[in-house]
Amino acid sequence: MNLVLEIALTHIRSRVRQTLVAVAGVATGVGFSIMMAALMEGSQNDFMRQLIDALPHIAISDERREATPQPAQTMFDAAEIHGLTPQARRPGIKNPMAIMASLESWIPGDVAPSTKTQGIIRYAARDVGASITGIDPHREPKVSMLATQMRQGTLQSLYRSTNAIILGDRLAEKIGARVGANITVQGSNGARIGAQVVGFFHSGVRPVDESTAYVLLKTAQVLQQQTGLVNELRVRVADAMAALDIARRIERETGYKSVAWQEAHEDLLSAFVIRNIVMYTVVGAILLVASFGTYNIISTITHEKTRDIAILKSLGLRETTVRRIFVIESLVIGLMGAVAGWVLGCTLTLALGTIEIKSPFVDSTRLPLAYSVLHYAVATAAALASSLVAGYFPARKASRLYPVDIIRGAT
Amino acid sequence: MSRLDAGADTVPEPAAATEPLIVASSVTRVLPGAVPVTLVHDIDLSIGRNEFVAITGASGSGKSSLLYLLGLLDLPTSGEVRIGGRATEHMDEAERAEVRLSTLGFVFQFHFLLPEFTAQQNVLLPMQALGRLPDEKMRERARFLLTSLGLGEHVGKRPDQLSGGQRQRVAVARALANDPPVILADEPTGSLDSTASAQVFQILRDLVDTRRKTVVAVTHDIDLARRMDRRVVLEDGAIVSDDGRM
Repeated sequence: MNLVLEIALTHIRSRVRQTLVAVAGVATGVGFSIMMAALMEGSQNDFMRQLIDALPHIAISDERREATPQPAQTMFDAAEIHGLTPQARRPGIKNPMAIMASLESWIPGDVAPSTKTQGIIRYAARDVGASITGIDPHREPKVSMLATQMRQGTLQSLYRSTNAIILGDRLAEKIGARVGANITVQGSNGARIGAQVVGFFHSGVRPVDESTAYVLLKTAQVLQQQTGLVNELRVRVADAMAALDIARRIERETGYKSVAWQEAHEDLLSAFVIRNIVMYTVVGAILLVASFGTYNIISTITHEKTRDIAILKSLGLRETTVRRIFVIESLVIGLMGAVAGWVLGCTLTLALGTIEIKSPFVDSTRLPLAYSVLHYAVATAAALASSLVAGYFPARKASRLYPVDIIRGAT
Repeated sequence: MSRLDAGADTVPEPAAATEPLIVASSVTRVLPGAVPVTLVHDIDLSIGRNEFVAITGASGSGKSSLLYLLGLLDLPTSGEVRIGGRATEHMDEAERAEVRLSTLGFVFQFHFLLPEFTAQQNVLLPMQALGRLPDEKMRERARFLLTSLGLGEHVGKRPDQLSGGQRQRVAVARALANDPPVILADEPTGSLDSTASAQVFQILRDLVDTRRKTVVAVTHDIDLARRMDRRVVLEDGAIVSDDGRM
């Protein structure tokens, strides 16, 4: 065996109790950092999955980023016109079917039209405000999870009767409506229709389930009093992470405001960044504390081993060789701690996975956890790096010992 | 070939045969401090091949300090030490370490063996550090050296399982590991009883007589010094007599 490694391992073996304490310190740091990373990333992934599932990856609305100027403002550069309001535009996306066909030719995903309106749902003398979305039941399953979220009825049930409506289960509960109930829906323009409840859905996101209803496109257009109106195109892409770039391209090509889910939830994503910074700071602090344990044991060993260091140097071992011995000891402790930390981290993560959590806002029966090799690799790298630093300074001090000082003292 | 030569065929002879092995010229060592302490001053000493030299003197006369300077464990404040014809004045730490490893073997009063290592592992250390022999050859040589010194049954024992005399013999075997031409011994029998002391002295004697090694031993024991071939007597850090001076 290599001389340096042999001496290092002998030192470690001869101090079992101290070594175990240092290893336990590193293992605790690694274990808890793995558990925290699994918990934080798991909850983040779960939250993002819900966000992505609840909303289209890209929503193309009939709005523009900037208000449309009056023709006079663009025609005469030299003239300054005061008091003009932006040009009034007819609501809705122009030629929605042509735009959809164009998008479908290059987007790696699907597009579905919808007509969104705000309205009031009235049943048994109860009025509840709701977001009413007109959809195409054939295309909708390709862009949203609505079809899988149906608790009663199906999307095809919308064809079952004139003005059929699907309610969020909490909304139905609020107004006391059951499947088959005839309710009244009033659009924001005042148009009022009678509709029959044909199904309930449950997205798991309380605000959505409490205030959303789906009707056929045509029904929504009636409520908006505008035939053929499509005010939103919803896109689901194969890779949700690519949504932002695709949305930008759509906006460039169509001129309509195209918002990817990342943009829609920019604030939440920023919060995740902050959350991750907090997480890695805490994990870093845990590993830093653990590294003090390693520093302590290497310092103790070098202190106890001053005579041996003097012997080794008097025999002819170089400073770098002596330094390497103690750095390797530190790294071995770090590695042993990391391996023990993997077991601890995995155990803690599995234990966390058994805890049942009930949230008033979203459905969740178990803590969402992410199992990733990367968590183990990062924690191990951090543990080894901190062990390296913790071992280096006592090792450097040891290697600089002047053997004669020790030999004189001993004799 | 003597019995201690076996297994050392790949260790090179370090110096030209005609030159003195160790030469100290006007060597002075002063410990700095508020009150500087002069350990040795103006030492001129030349030690040739196959000499058995005793450095002797009263306690505090600078015997060990001189040995450490000759062994490159300490650096002179002024003057120069040459080992095997090589000036050491401008050597860096790594070069001095290399000279110690290949040319000098040390035996200390308190054996200074690594306590967690077996006798064989302790003897292997200098060979592993030098790295000139393959593993199997190193182990073979370590076993051979220990057996030659009467420790054949103790190769796997740690120092705490050996007697004082046995430990010191392990220390001698370790000093011989790389087959250096010079053995520097600091009170090698100082902590031993008379029997063990006689055994260790005889081993050192054999090194000179049969292996043609140069042995420089510090001792305060006048009788022991008399049995060596040359006596260098120090007093207050200076050589007051040297019966081998040419």
